[in-house]
Amino acid sequence: MDIILNNRNESFDTDQLTINELLAVKNFTFKMLVVKVNGELVRRRDFDSSIVKNGDDVMVLHLITGG
Amino acid sequence: MTLPEQISNYLKQFTVGIAGCGGLGSNCAVALARVGVGRLIIADFDIVTEQNLNRQYYFHDQIGRLKVHALRDNIQRINPDVVVKAFDMKLCVSDVIELFSGCDVIVEAFDKAEMKQMIIETVITKMQAKPLIVGVGMAGWGRSSIIGARNSGNLFICGDEVSEVSDQLPVLAPRVGMVANMQANEVLEILLKDFRPTN
Repeated sequence: MDIILNNRNESFDTDQLTINELLAVKNFTFKMLVVKVNGELVRRRDFDSSIVKNGDDVMVLHLITGG
Repeated sequence: MTLPEQISNYLKQFTVGIAGCGGLGSNCAVALARVGVGRLIIADFDIVTEQNLNRQYYFHDQIGRLKVHALRDNIQRINPDVVVKAFDMKLCVSDVIELFSGCDVIVEAFDKAEMKQMIIETVITKMQAKPLIVGVGMAGWGRSSIIGARNSGNLFICGDEVSEVSDQLPVLAPRVGMVANMQANEVLEILLKDFRPTN
């Protein structure tokens, strides 16, 4: 599948991934993060059930203390 | 009117909410006040300490004062035309909605990752049309070129997205100032979208 991840095109050798699978593949390791798929917030409790598929627009943001 | 005067005059109509008045919020608020944003709604629960002065827009004689009151004074010394609404409180979800629903743009300027997550999730789920400018990753020094800005819909992200504050990596004036001013710059881009200079 081809998706947009953080404004860049990304290809995967699979038809779909859960959010948690996507985070693992792309090495998003921080404890705190915000995920949006096609503009909608995905809650952490849904990371194992929510599916990313071909054509989706995904934003992942690490939340980092400091400010 | 000169162009800067026209810009300042145009910006009078807008209200910007600033959540947190530390390194990001105090510096961002001052930049927005200088260019002439009409109303600033600022919120923080903390007081000014000596340790804050290496990066936050406060003065030595303000140590011990509430940040929101000290910042309001500093803004009004710079630009008395700015209306500042100061809220001495630790924000929760309902406060974010109540305080900032009348704002044209919201600036996230919290310290803690948990609070950044709270306001981002609140705005995405409950105030979807509202632009939110967040600051993520600015600890340390140097590495200017990895600081950037991107957006996903109405969520605008400024910072390097990797540098977390720690005992080895403090937040210091230059880098937090860069991110705070990038946030102010994103606010300006949004507010000036329909601005047309005369003559």
